[in-house]
Amino acid sequence: MTNSIHDMGGMHGFGPVEAEANEPVFHAPWERRVLALQRAMGFTRLWTIDGGRASIENLAPLTYLSSSYYKRWFLGLERRVVAHGLVGEDEIAAGRGLRPGIRLNRKMNAADANAARSGGFERPAPAPARFKEGERVRTANIHPETHTRLPRYARGKTGIIEAVRGCHVFPDSAAIGAGDNPQWLYTVVFSARELWGDEADPTVNVSIEAFEPYLVAA
Amino acid sequence: MAADDHHSHDHDHGSELSDLQLRVRALETILTEKGYVEPAALDQIVENVETKIGPHIGARIVARAWVDPEFKRRLLADATEAVNALVGYDPVAAHLIAVENTPKTHHVVVCTLCSCYPWSVLGLPPVWYKSFAYRSRTVIDPKGVLADFGVKLPPETEIRIWDSTAETRFLVLPMRPSGTEGWSEEQLAALVTRDSMVGTGVARSPQEAAR
Repeated sequence: MTNSIHDMGGMHGFGPVEAEANEPVFHAPWERRVLALQRAMGFTRLWTIDGGRASIENLAPLTYLSSSYYKRWFLGLERRVVAHGLVGEDEIAAGRGLRPGIRLNRKMNAADANAARSGGFERPAPAPARFKEGERVRTANIHPETHTRLPRYARGKTGIIEAVRGCHVFPDSAAIGAGDNPQWLYTVVFSARELWGDEADPTVNVSIEAFEPYLVAA
Repeated sequence: MAADDHHSHDHDHGSELSDLQLRVRALETILTEKGYVEPAALDQIVENVETKIGPHIGARIVARAWVDPEFKRRLLADATEAVNALVGYDPVAAHLIAVENTPKTHHVVVCTLCSCYPWSVLGLPPVWYKSFAYRSRTVIDPKGVLADFGVKLPPETEIRIWDSTAETRFLVLPMRPSGTEGWSEEQLAALVTRDSMVGTGVARSPQEAAR
């Protein structure tokens, strides 16, 4: 889902930002385990980073809002291992494995965890970039029911291409198992007035990182 | 907001926390028993994020950029390349972009859709960066958010918000504090706060550092 609660830019009512002095890296031991499980299961490449994000975005809005950050990660991971057939609902209910696991192509060991992270998201370009620095573009007014990285507040808005960032894995495709489908990525800058209306602060500009399918010439 | 704050949330709902603890433990048990994860790998991941990555890496990069104009030029041109040449441990997998604060423009980084953050140079994000308040308000009321952090900019300074909506990551290069002429990189790095590299703060002055 895309028009769901995770897309928060511009919402009101969440109060002031409260920073915690001398904040620890984790606030409870279980948070460490959730982060580690998430990384280790991500290493299997059974899903993409955007598939992982989508499983969190699809949490019921009330669950999303009332869960802490690592609880949302946990709930997304639990869903994902079930959805991919790695773990049965009966095993989740039992709290232990009831059958042997399926064979994985990649499983992280301690040396992998320690090794430099590989990968990256840039891909060879299948076609030249359609836009160049300085061009005016309008963002699409789209509302796909699957994952997208075009936030609602920046849809149907006119901005300027500030930079061409290379050709990257397209999250809208990768999240639904439709492959990398590489697309050009641009930094697009909007004035706050374009985004929020004439009353907005004229000294503020906001940029998003926009994939080419989100953009049309303006 | 309380609902997204680990402290208040967990402490207000102790029974829910222990339920969650049990569920996390159960999932780890299941994934281990089924041969999907190795406990040693999990422990190594935790050790790495707790002890190896952190804002000290970003501070080193900023301090180098303050004293070495050629490094600064490379950092602003291609931060991934410049940072990977300087920092050993965790090469930047994502495409890293450094943006320079000046008297004319102040940059602030946010991720409205989730919590994208330059882990390899700043470590894991603080709770406030992941909070609903920060994610919702920064793009519509940046001056209000900066005020929450006690940051007040000259009225003529333009504010530029970077919403991290792809696998590009942003490192703010804060302005070098005055009164630091002739300081070593190590002395300068001690002035570079995490928040100054996200844009919700500025580098500490020598006076603040001496307190």
